[in-house]
Amino acid sequence: MSRGADSPGPQPLRLAPIDRTMLALYAGASSDHNPVHIDSDFARRAGLPDVFAHGMLSMAYLGRFLTDWIPQSRIRRFSVRFVSRVELGAALLCSGEILDINEHDGERLARVEVRVTGEAGELKVIGEACVALAPVAGTRLR
Amino acid sequence: MLDRTLIGHCLTPHSVEVEKGRLRFFAKATGQLDPVYLNEAAARQAGYRNIPAPPTFLFCLENDSPDPWELQRLLGLDLGRLLHGEQSFVYHRIACAGDVLTFEPRLSDIYSRRDGALEFFVRETRVTDAMGEHIADLRCVGVQQHDGRPV
Repeated sequence: MSRGADSPGPQPLRLAPIDRTMLALYAGASSDHNPVHIDSDFARRAGLPDVFAHGMLSMAYLGRFLTDWIPQSRIRRFSVRFVSRVELGAALLCSGEILDINEHDGERLARVEVRVTGEAGELKVIGEACVALAPVAGTRLR
Repeated sequence: MLDRTLIGHCLTPHSVEVEKGRLRFFAKATGQLDPVYLNEAAARQAGYRNIPAPPTFLFCLENDSPDPWELQRLLGLDLGRLLHGEQSFVYHRIACAGDVLTFEPRLSDIYSRRDGALEFFVRETRVTDAMGEHIADLRCVGVQQHDGRPV
């Protein structure tokens, strides 16, 4: 095992503040039509101040953050835990760093911690991706 | 309380095509400007067979079940008090535009925390393509809140 300091990690990704249009578009594109994300009346009846963002929108941003760094064909695993709600107006930041690098089945696999935070640095989503650092000739890409 | 006897229950499988237009819609909705996710020629140049389905897109196709509220109905979930707790993907092959994928979801676990105030249910889904090749495994943990204000 080696430490990640010698391999450049992903670059932080800053997103535009969450608005209702983004949630409507994401609901349509994702087929997640839970009204709690798009219908303020429904959200208020459920005791919430307003609609809030789909957790999977944040995870999609983390996916962008990863594929901005390495080709998608190198991602082996990707998992997150949704820590707190992303409210309207939240200006999200995706960030993360390599935790360690291990050899597995002839690949150099980096374990990367990934996070989505709000403007004040509050944690919204935390997770881990496992990515292959060395290109693997002829496999995975079809 | 969620019915523990449903642990192991297989939900209705479904097959769905990875559509180019839908991938472009997803790119727009997620602010994705990388041409690999928008343009066939760019995708081919990058070594993909066609526009690839982005890392979390399989979850969206899982929502495309003919009966998307099947699990909610089965467990009697209250949508206003439902949270997505965790999500994971294990990738075996990349799915691209034109592929027809089959989703086989199963309710694999139910457990509670905070003396039953929060109940967790786990859905595990195997994804294969039309040739039977294993594409990915998805795991979704949902959280149902039972008392007090939504947290």
